[in-house]
Amino acid sequence: MSDTILLNGKQIQLTIERLSREVIESINFQNTVIIGVQPRGVLLAEKIHQKILELTKIDIPFGKIDTTFHRDDFRRGKSLNAKVTEIDFLIEEKNVLLMDDVLFTGRTIRAALDALLSFGRPHKIELLVLIDRRFNRELPIQPDFMGDVVDTIEKVDVEVQWAEKDGEDRVVFIKAKE
Amino acid sequence: MNQLSSKHVIGIEHLNVDDIQLILKTATQFKDIINRPIKKVPTLRDITVANLFFENSTRTRISFELAQKRLSADIINFSSSSSSVKKGETLLDTVNNILSMKVDMIVMRHSSPGAAHYLSERIGAHIVNAGDGTHEHPTQALLDAYSMQEKIGDLKGKKIAIIGDIMHSRVALSNIFCLKKLGADVALCGPSTLIPKHIEALGVHISHNVDETLQWCEVANVLRIQLERQNTKYFPSLREYALYFGLNKQRLEKLQKEIVIMHPGPINRGVEITSDVADSEHSIILDQVENGVAVRMAVMYLLVNKQQADN
Repeated sequence: MSDTILLNGKQIQLTIERLSREVIESINFQNTVIIGVQPRGVLLAEKIHQKILELTKIDIPFGKIDTTFHRDDFRRGKSLNAKVTEIDFLIEEKNVLLMDDVLFTGRTIRAALDALLSFGRPHKIELLVLIDRRFNRELPIQPDFMGDVVDTIEKVDVEVQWAEKDGEDRVVFIKAKE
Repeated sequence: MNQLSSKHVIGIEHLNVDDIQLILKTATQFKDIINRPIKKVPTLRDITVANLFFENSTRTRISFELAQKRLSADIINFSSSSSSVKKGETLLDTVNNILSMKVDMIVMRHSSPGAAHYLSERIGAHIVNAGDGTHEHPTQALLDAYSMQEKIGDLKGKKIAIIGDIMHSRVALSNIFCLKKLGADVALCGPSTLIPKHIEALGVHISHNVDETLQWCEVANVLRIQLERQNTKYFPSLREYALYFGLNKQRLEKLQKEIVIMHPGPINRGVEITSDVADSEHSIILDQVENGVAVRMAVMYLLVNKQQADN
């Protein structure tokens, strides 16, 4: 199969707007922080953080977390370069809204939870993802907020591409390598 | 690039610039980890590391051990003074016996130059050289470079002086290789008896005037006078050495600028450096110690990462 566009730039903008409004409806602004999962979840988290700021004029504390040293596929999967973790606020007793671009097996989010707990004990952690690949989960992890659901075979990659990194905002199926 | 080119870290001479940059970049992430409330990651939880110290060490040994614990590795500690080495066992036999217990990595300090290289050619485990005689001490050079970068930024074109007992110093040699590879301008300063002949071939300047050298440099890395390795007299007395080559407050006050002071430790206070300089705001000696843990975590992490990529 060839690469197929699942969401184009306009659709992604609409989805981000909807997710931002869902978050605004359901969170306690006094006690919430947003944390994006490195590398590509941070780009989504920045956009949602910005949209919430536009809509509410409230600047929620924003951070980034890297999962490299907490992954369970170290020495099994491809080797990764660690990215920056930036959490310049306390997460103790806070509601953490964790954001990633694609939820696939759940292992990255498991590693992110492990990494987050190095910073303290949040009151609650919720997960927001742009794309949920719902039939590929290997751990009991589900999103609280999701942009879109896709059903794909395991060999197909679902990639969220951003204008600042890839030249265009879009979500694509990348064809399987035989 | 996200992998080392080598299976071992024997010396800086054998690492390329990309390796050095990768280690320093990865160390930044580990420095963040060791400053978190929970200073531990599970990354090396199924890795066993043997620390073989055939020579005395405080800082390096504790630093490696702490780095291993922060990475959740299992650790075996060995020191020759309380081992079968005293009964005549060879280095290779000692190490092979330890490897039979399924050890993945050896961190070794030895008084013989080339000991780590010798082992790396004969055993399968990763070797990290924690100092081999007067040859190299790669992780010290890496943490020195990291500490300098943290303080003065990119080292390309920066003027770095190494002052003191160059002849007996593995730190000096590793530092020269590392700094030159990172593009720094390096000068060596010390009594002519303590500067090896032909060392200019490594692309360094030589000076025997400490005041001129301090005026020239942005960073002064002061080395310990290694009395334990000196079996002949290289200078008349420690007092005379301190007078001509020791860093003191008066010397620094004469400069029309501020410089960064470093020392790999342990310090002979009052000989190569006085207490008021070692403990001053210009000194980053304790930063070096903190950075040592992060840099050693990076080295061990990247070596294990390399093994995975090769399998």
